[in-house]
Amino acid sequence: MSTPNIPVVGAPLQSGGQQTGEPVRLSVEQASYAYHTKGNTAPVFTLAATSFEARQREIVTILGPNASGKSTLLKLIAGSLEPLSGRVELEGFEISRLNPRTRAQRIAMVHQESPLLFPTRAGEYVLQGRHPYSRMMRFETENDVQIAENALAQVGASHLKDRWMHEISGGEKQRVILARALAQQPILLLLDEPTLHLDIGAQVELLERLRQLALENRYTVIVVTHELSLAAEFADQVVLMHNGKCLRVGTPAEVYRRDLLEQVFEAPLDVDMGPEGRPRVHIRGTKTARPAPILMQDKLL
Amino acid sequence: MKALTLNRLMWICASLLAVLFVTIVVALKVGAVPLSITDLALNLGRVILGREARIPSEYRLIIFDLRLPRIVLAMLVGGALSVSGTGFQALLRNPLADPYVLGVSSGGGVGAILALILAPRFPLVTPLAAFLGAIATIAAVYFLGRRKGQLDSTTLLLAGIISASFLAAVISFLVTTLAGRDLRGIVFWLMGDLSTPLQPALYWVLVAGIIVGVGAIYTTAADLNVITAGEREAIHLGVDVTRVKLVVYVSASLLTGLAVSVSGAIGYVGLLVPHAMRMLFGSDYRVLIPTSLIGGAIAVVAADTLARTVMKPTELPVGAVTAILGAPFFIYLLRRRLP
Repeated sequence: MSTPNIPVVGAPLQSGGQQTGEPVRLSVEQASYAYHTKGNTAPVFTLAATSFEARQREIVTILGPNASGKSTLLKLIAGSLEPLSGRVELEGFEISRLNPRTRAQRIAMVHQESPLLFPTRAGEYVLQGRHPYSRMMRFETENDVQIAENALAQVGASHLKDRWMHEISGGEKQRVILARALAQQPILLLLDEPTLHLDIGAQVELLERLRQLALENRYTVIVVTHELSLAAEFADQVVLMHNGKCLRVGTPAEVYRRDLLEQVFEAPLDVDMGPEGRPRVHIRGTKTARPAPILMQDKLL
Repeated sequence: MKALTLNRLMWICASLLAVLFVTIVVALKVGAVPLSITDLALNLGRVILGREARIPSEYRLIIFDLRLPRIVLAMLVGGALSVSGTGFQALLRNPLADPYVLGVSSGGGVGAILALILAPRFPLVTPLAAFLGAIATIAAVYFLGRRKGQLDSTTLLLAGIISASFLAAVISFLVTTLAGRDLRGIVFWLMGDLSTPLQPALYWVLVAGIIVGVGAIYTTAADLNVITAGEREAIHLGVDVTRVKLVVYVSASLLTGLAVSVSGAIGYVGLLVPHAMRMLFGSDYRVLIPTSLIGGAIAVVAADTLARTVMKPTELPVGAVTAILGAPFFIYLLRRRLP
């Protein structure tokens, strides 16, 4: 992939694994996938060969609009899909070849919340994160309980442990779901649109927390999102997806080019550089975007 | 945070077994001929001491030939139905699912009626035909309920409901062809009935089948906890969801098929007992499966005791009792449904 012609950005990024020479943990090499409806017909959706690497303590966002292939890429990384060609490796092991238990001990996935069938307390829910470590008939040990409690503490949700999952707020629930993933003690933490149902305060809080967790627990964090501003603010690396193709991989400053983002997101956007070398994205008013009220505002001012 | 321990599980089961014991004693005591507790204890003592010859013959008839076999049958059927209920609720992702939702009892009904029409002289054929009918229905629903090679909860539920109503129509058609004497038998069978004693060998078949079915479901208990909190997530927690679903489907179906073949369709037990146990002891399947086994036994023994006694000497079909008591409880659950 050709390096884009970008302005030199002054300040280095804060927590980037790439900058600190951390070891490569996840490597996606020319991985592709195709969905078929039936047998031999033409594929309904294709993910073209995609490559990138993610290091320890690094936050990578897979960014793109709906149906850009970002969820497919995440499934390849999670090992729930096997790549059609290429390789997806975690510390040298091909992920789709790991058995489900081993995989769950190394990779944790945070989905958008899904409904619970029966009332469950937050503490019990987090304890389920220990499932990959338990044998068929074994009960949780003191150690498992300790790990679950630490996980709750790490997301600032210790006070929720005896609450029912259906009685806590969306933001609190998201923290408990994250705590269950932490209880898996993974090395790779995957999040699928984690900010979807959160208000802006909870979104920022979640991503601050992820950054802190990546540093403290040495996670590699992969976040799938379509939130341009959040990705710009928190990602060390951005994988920009569009129509099943990976258009660009790099730091936010490298990837956030106005023409590129406008083409991908099909919206008039402005990009400028913030003080820490992180780009800022704004929606640009167009000529059709109701000039009259703006003028009136000007007059009033 | 309290994790489940083996100790806690044992205490819960022991207390439920105590309740079951009391229920059995009451069930032995009451009936068309009431017995006193002292007599019961005395005769039980005689059995334990190996002096069975001293038991008066009328006691022997009432306790050992009439009431005890029926109680044992009620326990086995109740346990089987309740455990398969816990399995189907997780499998169909529907807290209001029960073993009969998939049309199993209607399939068994068709088998039983066909046996009554075609081979009325061979009593052993009826339970066998009912079992085969139930299993055939389950297999048909399984293949109808798959999408893209996966067991899809919604499709499965719909396939079950459609099969049940289709088979109910077949039953109505067949019932109109039956003669008067057989008609009462089949009506009792369709409502669920424990008054027909089994051949002794069938008890052992039933016990063996229940041990296999309950045991197989119990091996998936921890997986079911994770699956009920989200099927997609379960995969990422290391659960082989496809395998678990298959094990639960086959085992729960086996349990239902066994229960239907010996007792007809006793409704509500498989639906309500698991919920009652959840309300008492929580949603953890490692607790829920053994408690449902014992709780189901308690519920059906109690219901059958009522069926024998409320209008004595006339006996009601036990399914009528479970339905009369179960329907209001069901409505209560529906109204307070969580989450």
